[in-house]
Amino acid sequence: MGTHVIKMPDIGEGIAEVELSAWHVKVGDRVVEDQVLADVMTDKAMVDIPSPVHGKVIALGGKPGEVMAVGSVLISIEVEGAGNAKEVPATAASEPVPAAPVEAAAKPALPVAQAKPAAAPVAREGDERPLASPAVRKHALDAGIQLRLVQGSGPAGRILHEDLDAYLHQGSAKACMASTPYAERHDEEQIPVIGMRRKIAQRMQDATRRAAHFSYVEEIDVTALDELRVHLNEKHGATRGKLTLLPFIVRAMVVALREFPQINARYDDEAQVITRLGAVHVGVATQSDVGLMVPVVRHAEARSLWGSAEEIARLAAAARNSKASREELSGSTITLTSLGALGGIVSTPVLNLPEVAIVGVNRIVERPMVIKGQIVVRKMMNLSSSFDHRVVDGMDAAQFIQAIRGLLEQPASLFLE
Amino acid sequence: MTQTLHTTLLIIGGGPGGYVAAIRAGQLGIPTILVEGQALGGTCLNIGCIPSKALIHVAEQFQQTGHHSQGSVLGIEVAAPTLNIQKSVEWKDAIVDRLTTGVAALLKKHKVQVIHGWARVVDGKTVEVGDQRFQCEHLLLATGSKSVNLPMLPIGGPIISSTEALSPQQVPKRLIVVGGGYIGLELGIAYRKLGAAVSVVEAQDRILPEYDAELTQPVADSLKQLGVTLYLQHSVTGFADNRLQVRDPNGETLSLDTDQVLVAVGRTPNTRGWNLEALNLDMNGAAINIDSRCQTSMRNVYAIGDLSGEPMLAHRAMAQGEMVAELISGKSREFNPAAIPAVCFTDPELVVVGKTPEQATAAGLDCIVSSFPFAANGRAMTLASKSGFVRVVARRDNHLIVGWQAVGVGVSELSTAFGLSLEMGARLEDVAGTIHAHPTLGEAVQEAALRALGHALHL
Repeated sequence: MGTHVIKMPDIGEGIAEVELSAWHVKVGDRVVEDQVLADVMTDKAMVDIPSPVHGKVIALGGKPGEVMAVGSVLISIEVEGAGNAKEVPATAASEPVPAAPVEAAAKPALPVAQAKPAAAPVAREGDERPLASPAVRKHALDAGIQLRLVQGSGPAGRILHEDLDAYLHQGSAKACMASTPYAERHDEEQIPVIGMRRKIAQRMQDATRRAAHFSYVEEIDVTALDELRVHLNEKHGATRGKLTLLPFIVRAMVVALREFPQINARYDDEAQVITRLGAVHVGVATQSDVGLMVPVVRHAEARSLWGSAEEIARLAAAARNSKASREELSGSTITLTSLGALGGIVSTPVLNLPEVAIVGVNRIVERPMVIKGQIVVRKMMNLSSSFDHRVVDGMDAAQFIQAIRGLLEQPASLFLE
Repeated sequence: MTQTLHTTLLIIGGGPGGYVAAIRAGQLGIPTILVEGQALGGTCLNIGCIPSKALIHVAEQFQQTGHHSQGSVLGIEVAAPTLNIQKSVEWKDAIVDRLTTGVAALLKKHKVQVIHGWARVVDGKTVEVGDQRFQCEHLLLATGSKSVNLPMLPIGGPIISSTEALSPQQVPKRLIVVGGGYIGLELGIAYRKLGAAVSVVEAQDRILPEYDAELTQPVADSLKQLGVTLYLQHSVTGFADNRLQVRDPNGETLSLDTDQVLVAVGRTPNTRGWNLEALNLDMNGAAINIDSRCQTSMRNVYAIGDLSGEPMLAHRAMAQGEMVAELISGKSREFNPAAIPAVCFTDPELVVVGKTPEQATAAGLDCIVSSFPFAANGRAMTLASKSGFVRVVARRDNHLIVGWQAVGVGVSELSTAFGLSLEMGARLEDVAGTIHAHPTLGEAVQEAALRALGHALHL
């Protein structure tokens, strides 16, 4: 009998401490592989800690609510065999991916989780020369096999005649004989949906299940707006920072929402209450390494153009570096989503519940437009917005977007009070 | 103009590349015509590898006999020998004759049609020899290389190239060799042993500059012992009245008295004089550019051997020729040797196969380099030769051998073992675990591998 120790994993957000929220086992319990042992919580996500082994719980490392350092002992499990008495990599607990079996020390307790090494063709790195005798090389040329795709079983990875025969019988050779340099792949990888990804998945599923989404797309002539933006950047860019289109759109939303308070709202469908808010807290959808995050520009209604721009840039950087605080990641009343140059022509954004509207920005393209009977080149941009039809009527949504359009096409009106 | 002859494969050049391609093509049933302007066997058989080895053998025997006549430790007592160089040259010519006749017989046996005459390319499928026109489906260019000439040393009279040096009328009293590469040293050492006072002028700061200093040191020591004078970092400026003008590293001009000057400053692809320009092929410097199948930039036109650039070695040309014939027969082939051995028949001999330590480092490999000296090899002692060593270069991570080098008497024959181990992908353990016959020079090969593994037995 040995002891398998699981340490508090680094959940990958650059944090040193993790809050232990709940135990699913107690001392003396028998646990099986993949059974959830504990929930731990970071600022952004709740994470399950599953067991990588079969065995009996002999000690718990802390109490629920306790903040524990990453790397401290979370739980000790008595296992058959040697256990990992000395060291187990923290990842063994946080990433129980079958394709990456746990350390050798834990093997005796792992009856089935061993992933077979892929017998599929191996591609060698770069111009690395496959090691094979001249006879094997000639045989491969005759059979139309690219040796670099053949796994060598000999010393130093040397490809033997047997390896070539095995490769031929495997059938992959047929693909090669048809003179394709592309090998079939049979590997697969399982990624556990935990942490941020699980949170995103839950929220997206919740939003699409509960809200009655409808999307509304309108094209907007941003020629004048872009001219203004370029002009302001030329004049003030050096001192006040460069403006993107986003702060203008935030401004347009702020102005338009004065007329459409039903759109700057939160709908609590359990309590059946709609809360309209005076403040406009604009969530800005941002891609980070760990997934989608929505940091919030608070009180956009009180910010100048450059104030919004600066805040958007700051929050985006914070979110990307996983430095955004809980405060900065919650409390939005409406959301803005933009993929910039990747914006496409139309999107169907998913609502950030309990909000009732999300405005999506598509890319700007120059297009021939007919103005007063003349074909002229204009910079056009679509807005694809989604609303919760349970509480927002189509007419209101359309009028709201038309108001935004009017503001953006006549940019001076953004700043007229 | 007579009627045009049609064939599948036409080969220009009957040297080692061309004639081997022709033999293999014949074996594979490919209708083949080989055009040779001078003599079958090319430079190698007629004025290169083979005659030089014959002359080196004569020189070695003559020098050994001379040694014995001066009181040999071996106890052999003879009178001072004299040399009948005409007879030596006849003996050499007989060997050349036997080999070239053999090549002609082999070509005939494999039904290759040999056309004697100078080929002139018309286009990628047409070649003229005199007023005879040939049409082919595949054209193989194997015209070899020529000695590089120096403008201030035009060949003629006392100024000779390796060709003249291999058929001496008499041994000159004084010979200056221009060029300290392998051709210059092989011939320079032979002439020294035949009795000439030999000097070598080399522009770089050491002999055999293409090899590393450690490897060439035993050759440098031997030159010193033989009394060959070295003018390193000297460059030739002119020649007049049996005096060679050279500039020393300080810019001073020296005048060296001599009877003959041998120009051996390298070889260059033979691309002139047969209308190669008509094909407008992609070039790689002075050589024709080829891919891994020896294909030129023109479809169904191939180039092999020295014409396709470095390394200019007969055995490379032969392997390429064999491969091209198989390609044309419809087989899938690629010229992909693990290593092409290079041998210098100096005294002592020098062999390089695969990567040298510098080349391995340059390729980003972390390598073990280990050598075993012949001073600790019994067989070397019984050959009255103790200089030199065998050196192995192997990857540190998996002990895969990536290169061998050796210098010493008779090491040219070790190139076989070296080449085989590289082609078979041997690791140090494979060579260390192979029983090498005792007493042979080959034991040093095994010991070098053992030493790389940290347990040489005889050191």
